[in-house]
This record gives sequence, C-alpha cells and structure tokens, in this order.
Amino acid sequence: MPIQVLMPALSPTMEKGNLAKWLKKEGEPIKSGDVIAEIETDKATMEVEATDEGTLGKILIPEGTADVAVNTPIATILADGESAADLAKAAPPAKQQKAAESAPPAEAKKEAPVSPAPAVPAAPQAVAVPEPEVPEGTEMVTMTIREALRDAMAEEMRRDPDVFIMGEEVAEYQGAYKVTQGLLQEFGARRVIDTPITEHGFAGVGIGAAMAGLKPIVEFMTFNFAMQAMDQLINSAAKTLYMSGGQMGCSIVFRGPNGAAARVAAQHSQDYSAWYSQIPGLKVIAPFSAADYKGLLKAAIRDPNPVVFLENEVLYGHSGEVPKLDDYVVPIGKARVARQGSHVTIISWSMGMSYALKAAEELAKEGIEAEVVDVRTLRPLDTETIVESVKKTGRAVTVEEGWQQNGVGAEIAARIMEHAFDYLDAPVLRVSGKDVPMPYAANLEKLALPSAAEVVQAAKAVCYR
Amino acid sequence: MAAPKKSAAKELNAEKGEGAVAEFTKEQELRALRDMLLIRRFEEKAGQLYGMGAIGGFCHLYIGQEAVVVGMQMALKLGDEVITGYRDHGHMLACGMDPKGVMAELTGRRGGYSKGKGGSMHMFSMEKNFFGGHGIVGAQVSLGTGLAFANRYRGNDFVSITYFGDGAANQGQVYESFNMAELWKLPVVYVIENNRYAMGTSVTRASAQSDFSKRGASFNIPGEQVDGMDVRAVKAAGDKAIAWCRAGKGPYILEMQTYRYRGHSMSDPAKYRTREEVEKVRHEHDPIEQVRNRLLAAKVSEDELKAIDAEVREIVNAAADFAQHDPEPDASELYTDVYR
Repeated sequence: MPIQVLMPALSPTMEKGNLAKWLKKEGEPIKSGDVIAEIETDKATMEVEATDEGTLGKILIPEGTADVAVNTPIATILADGESAADLAKAAPPAKQQKAAESAPPAEAKKEAPVSPAPAVPAAPQAVAVPEPEVPEGTEMVTMTIREALRDAMAEEMRRDPDVFIMGEEVAEYQGAYKVTQGLLQEFGARRVIDTPITEHGFAGVGIGAAMAGLKPIVEFMTFNFAMQAMDQLINSAAKTLYMSGGQMGCSIVFRGPNGAAARVAAQHSQDYSAWYSQIPGLKVIAPFSAADYKGLLKAAIRDPNPVVFLENEVLYGHSGEVPKLDDYVVPIGKARVARQGSHVTIISWSMGMSYALKAAEELAKEGIEAEVVDVRTLRPLDTETIVESVKKTGRAVTVEEGWQQNGVGAEIAARIMEHAFDYLDAPVLRVSGKDVPMPYAANLEKLALPSAAEVVQAAKAVCYR
Repeated sequence: MAAPKKSAAKELNAEKGEGAVAEFTKEQELRALRDMLLIRRFEEKAGQLYGMGAIGGFCHLYIGQEAVVVGMQMALKLGDEVITGYRDHGHMLACGMDPKGVMAELTGRRGGYSKGKGGSMHMFSMEKNFFGGHGIVGAQVSLGTGLAFANRYRGNDFVSITYFGDGAANQGQVYESFNMAELWKLPVVYVIENNRYAMGTSVTRASAQSDFSKRGASFNIPGEQVDGMDVRAVKAAGDKAIAWCRAGKGPYILEMQTYRYRGHSMSDPAKYRTREEVEKVRHEHDPIEQVRNRLLAAKVSEDELKAIDAEVREIVNAAADFAQHDPEPDASELYTDVYR
C-alpha cells in the first residue's frame, strides 16, 4: 500500500508551515533519508526526509502552499511494484497516523502510556538526624578554626586515599590563609596540588575527577573568585546526578572563605549563602564553632554529593573547643541550639552567629532571654529545629551578612510563616548586610555589615520592648 | 648562543607524517561501515521523530560527522573514557550504548539512559565509560581533563577522549584546561570536531586562528589536522594521539575536519550556507560512501552490504518503536536522584 508523507513539525510548538519547495518530482526514486521537500515557518527552514524507500507517487500539496497544518498528507510514496493506480489505497504510516490524531505535536505523546495523575507528588521531607554522641568525660581541645579545618582534611586524607586537595597556593605556600598548613609535607605533591590561577578550569577538572570516582576538595582562595567557576558548580556538579537518572554524580567539596573579610571592598566581600543554597543537588554548609568546622568538614568530604562549604576568613583565627575523638563527624542538615532562651529566637549561621550571641548577652542584661539557633547547614535547611524554637518563643529574628533581597533570612521567615504562623506574636524581622556593594572606608564598611546592636534592636522590636 | 629548544610539538611534527591513513582489514571496513550506518540511520530516525513531535526541546544531529567517533572508537581501548558536548548521539552509539535506551531518552521515557530526566544533551553510561552528554558549550573540556587527572592520580594508563566543536574551541575554560593538562602531563586527547559552523557562524567569522591543531601551541601541546571524513585517517591519527597519551607524554590535539549535513539543531534557518555547499560535501566526501565504495571495489558483494543495511535498519526501527511505547517516567521520579 502506498505510504503517505505527512507535514512534519519543525518544533513542538509548530502547528502549520509553508511548503516552500519540492526537491523530488513525481515518479522519481527515493531512498530513506533523501530530502524530498523544504518547509518553512517564520523562524526557520527545514528539510523533509523520506522515511521509506520507493517512488514519489503523487505530490498532494504543491510547492508554495502556505499554512499547511502539521500532519497533513503532503505526498505519497509508492513501494516497489506499486503503480499510480495504487494511489487511492494510500494510508499514512502507522506511527505517524497515531501522531496525526492529536494535531498539536506536543500532545502526540498521548500515544504512549502517560502517568494519569497530573498532581505533583509531595516533596520528600528532611529526616531529623541525631546529634553525634560525644561521650561524657571526652577531653576537649582548644584549637583555632584554621587548625580544625586542617585536622579535618588531614584525618579524611589518611582515611581515604581517593581524597585530595587542589587549589591556588594550597601546597608550597601552605595555604593562602594557612588552612592547608602541613598537608603537603604529610601527603606529598600527588595529593596536595597547587593549581594555576584558573578557577573555572580547575573547578571543572575537580568535578571531572569526581565523576571518575575520586573525592576532591577544591579550595577557592575566596568564594568571590568562585563566581568564575559557578557554571561548573551548578551545571556540572549539582545537576548531573539528576540528569543521568542517578547513574553519575560527584562527591566533591568546594571550600574557602566566604563573606566579608576586612577592608577589601566590594569585589572581595560578598556572602554567597543565598546563591548556592538555592540550588537543588548541592549541599551548603556554613558553620560557626570550631567543633562544627571540624565535624561538618569531615561529613562534607564523606558525603557522596557536591558540597559547598562556606568558611569565614575573620573566624579562621578564632579558637574553640573541639572534642578529642578519633572520628568526630557532625551530621549535615542539623541545626544546633547554641543558647537556650524563651522570649525570642535568633537564627543565624557562620559569622552572623557572633552578632547573634553577643546580642543575646546584651538582651539577657535587660531580662530578655534569647534562644539562638545556629543552622550550620543552609541546604538542606533544618526547618524543624527552627520551627520548634519559634513555637516556644513566638518571636524570631534572622541574622546574616548577605543582602536581604532573596536572602536566606527571607527563606527562613517564609518557612516560619508556613509552619508556625499561629505561634507568632510578632512579624519575623531580618538583620542583614545593607543593600549596597561593600564599601572600603572603615566607617562605611562597619555600617554596611550587621551588628550586635542591630540584632538587639530587632529582638526588642519583636518583643515590643 | 644556545640553539632554540625544540618543542614537543615541533619534534612531533617532524615525525608525524600528517594525512596518514590506517590500512583497514575487510573486517575493520565492515565494522566501520556498520557503526557509521547505525549512527546515520539512528539520527535520521531521530529527525523524523522530532518532526512528529515525539522528541522535544533541542535535538542536535550528528549526520555527516560519523567517521570521527567511529574512527576514534576503533583506536581506543576498554577503560578509556569518552566525554562530549550536546551533539552526542553518535558518541553514545559508538561507545556501544543501547540504541533503545538512547532513543527512549530522546522521547523522555523511563527506559531512557537518564530515565527521561536528561534528554538529548544529557545522557551517560558508567558501564560504557561514557561521561556525557554536556549541554554547556566547553564545559566538557574541563571535565574531560578531570577524567584524565583521575587516570594520572590512579597511575593507570587509560586515556580520556574529550570531544568538542570548533565553537567550543573559543571558550576560555578550554585554554585553562589545556594549560593544566600539559603542566601535569594528563592523558587526554582533545578531539576538536571542526564541522565548520558554530551554530550558524562559520569558523572564519569566529576564529582568529582557524587551524585548530595549533590551538595548543602556546602550551606546547602537539596537534594535527585530520581528514575527519575518512575513518581510516581518523583511526590512524587516533592511534598516534592515544599512544602519545598512554606513554605519559601529556595531552594531544586532533582537529577533525568534518561537516554537519543537517542544521545546528532541528530549528535551523539554514541561511548561513548554500545547499550546493552541503551537497558537494555529501557527494564528494561522505564518510559512509567512502567505505562502501572501497568495500565494493574489494569485491564485497552488494548483498553483504545490503544485509548490514537491513540489520541496522531493524535495530533503529526497534529503538524507535521502544522509544514511542515505553511509558513516561513515573511521577514519583520527580524527586529522585537529586541527592544520593
């Protein structure tokens, strides 16, 4: 039986087009794949290929015809042994016939079983993770955050030969901020690798190595420079597991100082908390205490997903107590109540916690007991701990160095509204960096950053004091 | 005054004898024919399914460039990695991935290589060492360099075959990667598929240096231009480049001079080149016809070639059939594979 050739769609949104030109004449032999005609729309021109072999039997739509609907028969192809007399019997090919039943091609998919329910399934809920056991009587060691980070990396590199670190000045210079001090001496140049100044390139190389199964730690001298590498972090690292249907992911940590340092002005002082924590597929960690820096970096290195680990340069020299355990790992995705209180909840992370804790002390002097929640992980965000605290206090203030618009504080405020609206006695307030690029002058820089005084003011406001 | 130091590239140029073609046995010719035909017929079918609305979004066909992946595949060994950009169907088939799984991914079905979540530009097979399928122009070059880094780190002798086009060759991260690859002597063959057009912009309108084999010169990476329409020339160049990498000498660049018959994607206005130009390449340099003619000249029967044709057509039809009838992914797959 002769085969009908149908008007093809140039794109899934095309409904009609012009038959610009016939490249084969009636009676001409045709091979599969031969271009037989050209069709065009206002956007583009496309060649129509024969899908079957035979002879061009009859042209049904002459060239120059405008607005031919998709799936209209435009010609017939005669198989070997058929003649023009068979034309009357022409039938469209089985598969195309099905497509023809629903004219807009986007709907052609109906021919196959389609999941019936258009309803969006519920997103999986984060499961509460238990706090690591620190046995009673565990010795605590005071160390700087810089040392806590170094120890975390060294321990994980001893534990797993696939873990290595690469970045600018991580080896011979011992780290631009001395975070990788001593690693080259212990692990050698094979595993502690100085890169050229080439963020986009070495981020991609690290991700490629992770796709091959290694576990890289990629240090950015600061996250300001990681903007050059952002395409690789988001398009390659974060999305590949999903795009591969779970086949191929990457276990990789991107770490380095984030946020404002001191007096380095706008291009070197930016908080990327909100940027990275928007991306599904990434985990984002921004700790404050020395113990968390160590325990969460170890967790990040072991995690099978890409993790952005946001450090703070100002905190590197701060000291804190770290449990002296062989393997102290803090779970990702669990907030910590850093201070108990009953009047107001102050929620923060990283450097913001220093303002929050100072403010809590000031508030206590005035009889306001603030509960301070250190979220530690920005993605997945521990909504439960935040909401439980707000249910208790009925008031909340968020503190961040980043900008307010679309910030993490905005997200936390929204979640509190969604999950604890009836418990709120006042609107949630946000203390944040001011809506300007970071100025250089000492006085202006101070004004641009949040302060403990602003947190005190906000906490009093939500307490109507 | 000391004599100027000979660069690795110069040394190699002296001995490389550009334009060499591999002597193929009849079996190799038949394999090349079959593998190229499979890609051609698969892509034609994909084009048809796109026209019917069964394939959505972007769909970049490889028709015309088949000799490049097939020749390179004949040169590499099991364990070598392959990675490319978004014009990736040919690479996947050449790697031995199942045409049904590839076609079902194009139609967005659950039996696709990415369960329908990746589409034409994002497919992977850990089993076949195919690392994608990457949609951002040039991103795969850094990633492929990372695959080579992993080989070097592990001390094995595998080589990363990293493909990209003449368009991607103008991206900055390509040169960042070249620098690190040569600096660290990473085993990566950069295969630049120069099909003469980056979307609709011809090489001469986009590239100050249009001899892509020289693009690694300032990093001392050797390179050569190869007739990418002759599968034997590709194989010969691939053999040499891969041997160079396997020997620990660092990266190597192959500029494959090839041609894409079809548009950049399915919605290509085709205003930037003439039909005559396309037809001329088709008639004078078609990679498949070259092999077919050699086989006929070597007295291989028409029937034997027809049998290959028929076998390939059957595989492609079965793939298209599967891809149209396999169910769409279950709604519950929406939230899977974000994290592991």
